[in-house]
Amino acid sequence: MTYQFDFSALLPYWPLFLEGVWLTLKLSALATIFGFVVGTLCAVARAEGPRWLKTVVAIYVEMIRNTPLLVQIFLVYFGFASLGLKVTANTAAVAALVVNVGAYTCEIVRAGLESIHKSQLEAAECLGLTRTQTYWHVIVRPAIERVYPALTSQYVLLMLASSITSQISAEELTAVANRIQSDTFRSFETYIVTGVLYIILSFVVRLAFTLFALVIFPRRRKLGTAI
Amino acid sequence: MPAVVSLSNVHKSFGALQVLKGVSFDVAAGEVVAVIGASGSGKSTALRCINALETIDSGEIVVCGHKVHDPELDRRALRRDVGIVFQSYNLFPHLTVAQNIMLAPTCVKDMGKAEARRLAEEVLAKVGLAEKADNYPEQLSGGQQQRVAIARSLAMQPKLMLFDEVTSALDPQLTGEVLRVMEDLARGGMSMILVTHEMAFARKVASKVIFMHQGKVWETGPGAMLANPQTKELAEFLSNDL
Repeated sequence: MTYQFDFSALLPYWPLFLEGVWLTLKLSALATIFGFVVGTLCAVARAEGPRWLKTVVAIYVEMIRNTPLLVQIFLVYFGFASLGLKVTANTAAVAALVVNVGAYTCEIVRAGLESIHKSQLEAAECLGLTRTQTYWHVIVRPAIERVYPALTSQYVLLMLASSITSQISAEELTAVANRIQSDTFRSFETYIVTGVLYIILSFVVRLAFTLFALVIFPRRRKLGTAI
Repeated sequence: MPAVVSLSNVHKSFGALQVLKGVSFDVAAGEVVAVIGASGSGKSTALRCINALETIDSGEIVVCGHKVHDPELDRRALRRDVGIVFQSYNLFPHLTVAQNIMLAPTCVKDMGKAEARRLAEEVLAKVGLAEKADNYPEQLSGGQQQRVAIARSLAMQPKLMLFDEVTSALDPQLTGEVLRVMEDLARGGMSMILVTHEMAFARKVASKVIFMHQGKVWETGPGAMLANPQTKELAEFLSNDL
């Protein structure tokens, strides 16, 4: 092996790497929050909505699950442009990721909703709760708790997949890495560092989800049962 | 005394299966009615029809002034007057005992949190579980969970309580603690209909026993009728029970 590693060339770029990490976190956080809302609403619509709405959601989910993320990103980015809407690459990236992760969230949350036993609904109904109250207090909350590990995995995947948005020059870690390697010509070292940063990011995101679970699922905290 | 529940000629089928074939009976205010019968005799279905959990095919059901058979029935209004406790407790597992009880008063009656909490503690004391308010259902025994379910219904101050085989999933010791709570309620003047397999309890507490057989009210009488069945079917049912 003749390759000489030289990480020192990257040292001056640390602030840039950190900025990339921050941008990736920001992008992923936005996509996660909006994607969760879109996905949960779609799951409820698919379970409770009128037939036409169920069909619309089903078509949306199938379209997203059967096309590559990169194509979806291009569609959103160039689609906006073709409609005459001026959006930044970052906005287009968040929009595309929300559309993508919303569909996957829909399927995961739907599985959770379906896992809640009919007797729980009956009990709520017999106590006089409205359908909406029942959904919120008795169905959605425990459903989310049940599928929380699957959601966590999905959002970690989303964070990793956000690197693809570098293709439309959205500012995030991979895009920053591309810039650094073209400046330094140390491609191998740059992507090794980038890979390590993604591993750290994955751990951080998982940890954040675990801590968040302790806040929103007090039963887990009190009983000490891991999510 | 005015009837809180009145069923007349109620029919109900599930597909081709006729479950209720013209059931009629009344429950007066303060009365404790035990409905007994073999599995499939229609007793649980009758109870579920009273609470509009099942829609009847024909006949009339009037509960606390609500016409349950009416397609325009206001189900939420009916359920403010009627509490039901199920065999499988159906507590909400993600809420504490107190939260389980507070949910309906805060959502349905717009009660403030503090007041609802006081109410929860009050009804929990009634079922002997005041110290379990902040526990989760899974930390309780089956008998305790069932008593919480009873407390949860009581918090809505119903005029009528329905019990659907509430001790069937419990061992004899836990059954005893649940039955004691129900006995207290009965003594307090609550109108109650209980579908039960506890013959001794029916005999002791019920002011009226209804024996259902093949979707019909087969025999009705005071608790003492269990010692002296008039029909062959009731005699057979009671002998199987022993």
